[in-house]
Amino acid sequence: MKYEAIVIGASSGGLNALTFLFSALPPGFSIPIIVVQHVGSRSDSQWIDLLNDKSKLHIKEADEKEKIEPGHTYIAPPNYHLLVEKDKTFSLAASERVNFARPSIDVLFESAAEAYKDKLIGIILTGSNADGTAGMQKVKACGGLAIVQDPETAESPLMPASVIANTAIDYVLPLENIINLLLKLY
Amino acid sequence: MEYKDTSDIEISLLLDAVYKKYGYDFRQYSEAHIRRRIMNRLTLSGLGSISQMQDFVLHDKSFASLLIQDLSITVTEMFRDPDFYKALREKVIPVLKTYPFIKIWHAGCSTGEEAYSMAIILREEGLYERTTIYATDFNQQALNKAKEGIFPAGLMKEYTLNYQLSGGKESFAGYYTSSYDMAIINQALKKNIVWANHNLVTDSVFAEVHLVLCRNVLIYFERSLQNKVQKLFYDSLTNGGVLCLGSKESLRFSDLQGEYAVLDQKRRIFKKKYE
Repeated sequence: MKYEAIVIGASSGGLNALTFLFSALPPGFSIPIIVVQHVGSRSDSQWIDLLNDKSKLHIKEADEKEKIEPGHTYIAPPNYHLLVEKDKTFSLAASERVNFARPSIDVLFESAAEAYKDKLIGIILTGSNADGTAGMQKVKACGGLAIVQDPETAESPLMPASVIANTAIDYVLPLENIINLLLKLY
Repeated sequence: MEYKDTSDIEISLLLDAVYKKYGYDFRQYSEAHIRRRIMNRLTLSGLGSISQMQDFVLHDKSFASLLIQDLSITVTEMFRDPDFYKALREKVIPVLKTYPFIKIWHAGCSTGEEAYSMAIILREEGLYERTTIYATDFNQQALNKAKEGIFPAGLMKEYTLNYQLSGGKESFAGYYTSSYDMAIINQALKKNIVWANHNLVTDSVFAEVHLVLCRNVLIYFERSLQNKVQKLFYDSLTNGGVLCLGSKESLRFSDLQGEYAVLDQKRRIFKKKYE
């Protein structure tokens, strides 16, 4: 298996997109998935439990120093940046917002690209800001695979469109086709 | 022949230079976090490589000072995580009330917002007059700001909401004076706070205290350093003393996990067992 991890970034409209995606991935899907979904700083983590209920994968909030394991999906906790270390564990940071966001997609993607190099898949879904663009550039620079939700099919097209405008993307696809592609790749 | 990643070597050498020249030790901080801060400074500096930055760090004190500020996280709020302060009122204040005088160590206090939050709670609970808060940080610039106690007035709306969510019943506006776009913390809240420069990585125990607060500091440390600092807190606490960590920090990987009882798991509040 070529790829060792998948990072996903989503903002407005992301809850629907993630629910769709994680309802469709089969229980044997073993590549670990790491997600930043923009949420309000006062939001709790209840939506993660709801997402887990709808998924056949094991979805949980990422803990600091936690080891990244196959078959698991990790979500960045609200109000913390989530970073991947080279030993494939997580770090959290309560530092400044990046692109007005904490957690920021760029912070996750850039650190994951350093850790996984060409064994990483980056996916940008719906959203209405430009977080994730620099992160996806880093994923590509390190040899990873870049997948973006087709802006025309996204609830909020701005975020995927920004990535497409600034990076050489491998695949621009509607959600259903992203799922099919992931099933082929793993 | 396999080569190591050049930037890994450069970062390690840069941190060595900072430590050897200035005594600030970031060598056991989480690598991904430190890398990000260093790369940001590299971009801002316009220099060509981390190695070139090392030259500047060694020969240009003002550049070194910029980098050291970059590596220090000063993000904080008054009553940050209101749920935590609510639990503090409900579960920690009753413990503190049993002491004739109270010593609190706020480690990594940054610009002081949370130390003032603590002062407000103690005052409302009638404990402030018999308390000393040692508020420490290695970042002298942040400490100077903390001592001033002057914050942007624009943040007070958010802080007021935090205060109310934490169970605060008074008028939050009574704790500061507005002047133009600034909010100046009342002198009465300052008088029992001792601001001091202390580096958790390189300094040792300096007082025996009843409560240690250290929130969102340990997340930046590697596990071995986390353990070392946890030992420092343990040695500083009296028997029955209370340790408060950040909402994503735990004693899970600490050698001392068994030495504490849990007062509130979700809010990360622990009570040192009697030896």
